[in-house]
Amino acid sequence: MTQGEIVAGCLAPHPPHLVYADNPPQNEPVAEGGWEQLRWGYERLRESLKDVDYDAIVLLSPHWQTYVGTHFLGLPNFKSLSVDPVFPNLFRYHYDLNIDVDLTRKIHDKAAEAGLAVKMMENPDFRVDYGTITTGHMFNPVWDKPLVVVSSNRSRDYYSVEVMQEMMIELGRVTREAILESGKKVVVLASNSLSHRHFTTESEIPEDMSKEHITSHAMHLWDMRMIDYIRSGQAQRILDEMPEFTEQAIAESDGGGLSWLLSTLDTPSYPGILHGYGTIIGTGNAIVEWPERDHKEASQ
Amino acid sequence: MSEGGLVGSFIVPVHPHTVLVPEQNEGWQRLRNAFDEAAQRIKDSNADLLVIYSTTWPSIIGHQIQADPNPEWVMVDHDFHDLGSIPYSFNIDSEFAHAWDEANKKRGLKSRTINYTGFPIDVGSVVALKLLNPDNAIPAVIVSSNVYANRSETTVLAKSCLDVIKATGRKAVAITAMSLSNRMFTTAIDPKDDKIHSLKDDEWNRKILEFLGEGRLEDVGQLSRTIHKQIRVQKVVAFKPMWWLAGMNENRNNLTGDVLAYEAIHGAGGAVVHLDPTPSGAGDKEYDEDDVEFFSGERNVLDAEGDALSFDAPTPQTQQAATSSGPALWEPTTGESSVNSDAAPKPVGMYPHARRVGDLLYLSGVGPRQPGTNAIPGGPICDDQGAPLDYDIKAQTRAVVDNITRILEEAGGSIDDVLDVTSFLVDMDRDFAGYNEVWADTLGKVGPTRTTLAIRGLPTPIAVEMKVIARAPKEN
Repeated sequence: MTQGEIVAGCLAPHPPHLVYADNPPQNEPVAEGGWEQLRWGYERLRESLKDVDYDAIVLLSPHWQTYVGTHFLGLPNFKSLSVDPVFPNLFRYHYDLNIDVDLTRKIHDKAAEAGLAVKMMENPDFRVDYGTITTGHMFNPVWDKPLVVVSSNRSRDYYSVEVMQEMMIELGRVTREAILESGKKVVVLASNSLSHRHFTTESEIPEDMSKEHITSHAMHLWDMRMIDYIRSGQAQRILDEMPEFTEQAIAESDGGGLSWLLSTLDTPSYPGILHGYGTIIGTGNAIVEWPERDHKEASQ
Repeated sequence: MSEGGLVGSFIVPVHPHTVLVPEQNEGWQRLRNAFDEAAQRIKDSNADLLVIYSTTWPSIIGHQIQADPNPEWVMVDHDFHDLGSIPYSFNIDSEFAHAWDEANKKRGLKSRTINYTGFPIDVGSVVALKLLNPDNAIPAVIVSSNVYANRSETTVLAKSCLDVIKATGRKAVAITAMSLSNRMFTTAIDPKDDKIHSLKDDEWNRKILEFLGEGRLEDVGQLSRTIHKQIRVQKVVAFKPMWWLAGMNENRNNLTGDVLAYEAIHGAGGAVVHLDPTPSGAGDKEYDEDDVEFFSGERNVLDAEGDALSFDAPTPQTQQAATSSGPALWEPTTGESSVNSDAAPKPVGMYPHARRVGDLLYLSGVGPRQPGTNAIPGGPICDDQGAPLDYDIKAQTRAVVDNITRILEEAGGSIDDVLDVTSFLVDMDRDFAGYNEVWADTLGKVGPTRTTLAIRGLPTPIAVEMKVIARAPKEN
């Protein structure tokens, strides 16, 4: 069997505002636009991958929070309505997504062999979280690729950022192994923001961009520091500084997505492409692509 | 209509085991039995409203209140999805939800109601309503737990809820859906092996339950931050449901408590506790924090002007009365020589009402706004949109003189001490005659020097303001 390949790894944030502003037919609320810098960033990401052949998307969402190990969606299809419990005024999305159960099972089994606590989610009534839906939609609005959906194990909450990262790096390693062994071409998505301090008020028109900015200068500095590392190919430094970044920027990397992503890419030393950066209710969000396909020596 | 109030409070655990698989563990079954007992007590209390504060419904933009009269769906837990699904169809008091939302806003809270088909009711609320109100006989209302809320915000949230309960004559039961220690096992366990995650967690849980069993709810509220540090993982901020429940019970420490069950659910501490409002006769209140009536937290965060403020910049201490617009009100600043009066209107900036220097008192500009209500006698000169309104300059001028009198009396003097006045009128042509007439009846008889100026506007929608220098009363 041909060896599998990770064709790209992406940081692909999930604030539901992006879907809201995009006005897809699946989402009930209607917006007058907004957050264009980020939505154009997603356009550039899609354009970058337009001619790239791949079989599946592997996605980790911090809004499927599990405390008893890492879980995986384990049925072939999920179809329902996802309503964001925090921003229901913006996100009520009718989803219909397919799961690559074979690849899911491979990753699950490898993680179990590595000693990680894992569980397949096989309850047909389960509602998929809005983080998965938002990143899934913004990355691939036609939903024509099957997904592997990985929960966010909250080991950071129970232990520390260091323990979380250790576990996520191990999960990333086995995810990579499973993909390479599967013979499939895969895109890996970490669905998280960078700095993650929200405004606690919302403007009357949520998409009023005159009200949008980062919550504080310190958050901006942290985001730019991380983006500098991304653009200069210093993924190891991101991992090294993850504890400080997560604590001081209240970063959504606490869910493990970014550590896991960088591990699936074997800690890339080549630059990531910044497709967009913007704030959403004060949080910092970057859309980044690591074009692993152009660095095949790293995939072997 | 008789005044409403709380007829009871309950603390219940959040995980779905007690609904779906109580038979798998003896402790889970005891919790389930305690839920059933609690349901019976609620029924016997003739309660007509259940108010649920759930820690498993986090929010960011203030607090959210469920207002869909009949939310229906099937709930599956994110962690324990293998235990099964819980279909639900609840009876929500939409009218109360809207009233609470309005009451929140009146007390300065950010709040909104939620009414969307398919909204995911959280696991804590689903478990509580399924077991405490199995036939949906009692209408309920659910409020979220704001991840950024501190004690004052959470306490004010309870007070606004009580406002509505009392105003509508409801007999309400307050329920917090929460764990005690919330550290679960991070791997799958055999149900029969379930136990509290650690001895330390167990000891803290038992101490909390000892307090609650004695009805010392306020003590538990005051220990919230310590409890959180000791036995809580950081997935929610602080042990805040105890703040809310203490607020709902008017921060009492002498309730009649009854711990119906305490058991582990996958390592976390789960308890069913009944707090009856009947005084237990024991326990003094040791309330050591400011009792807040109005939330004055983060404001104008979306406004660009906010960027100019440094973190150390002083902020308004008192919120504008909900019924009128204008600049935020401040507590008068205090200093060695300042004179401030509770009987005078709050400043609109960082300054005292008056300042003594030697034998003289210098008063900050005094307008006609009324202390407490902030109302303007004679009416404001314009509406919230700036459209002109008719007003009575004589009434405004009299109110200014009254406010000057109050400040001078606070200093130990009287209106007879006024030496010099600078008056500001926003419409000299329209108002001079009326202002002059009142002057003649009041300050004119005292005899101070006077200067009257026409100006373009004042910070609040008033027509007249006076700057006063007065003789200071002799100091003892």
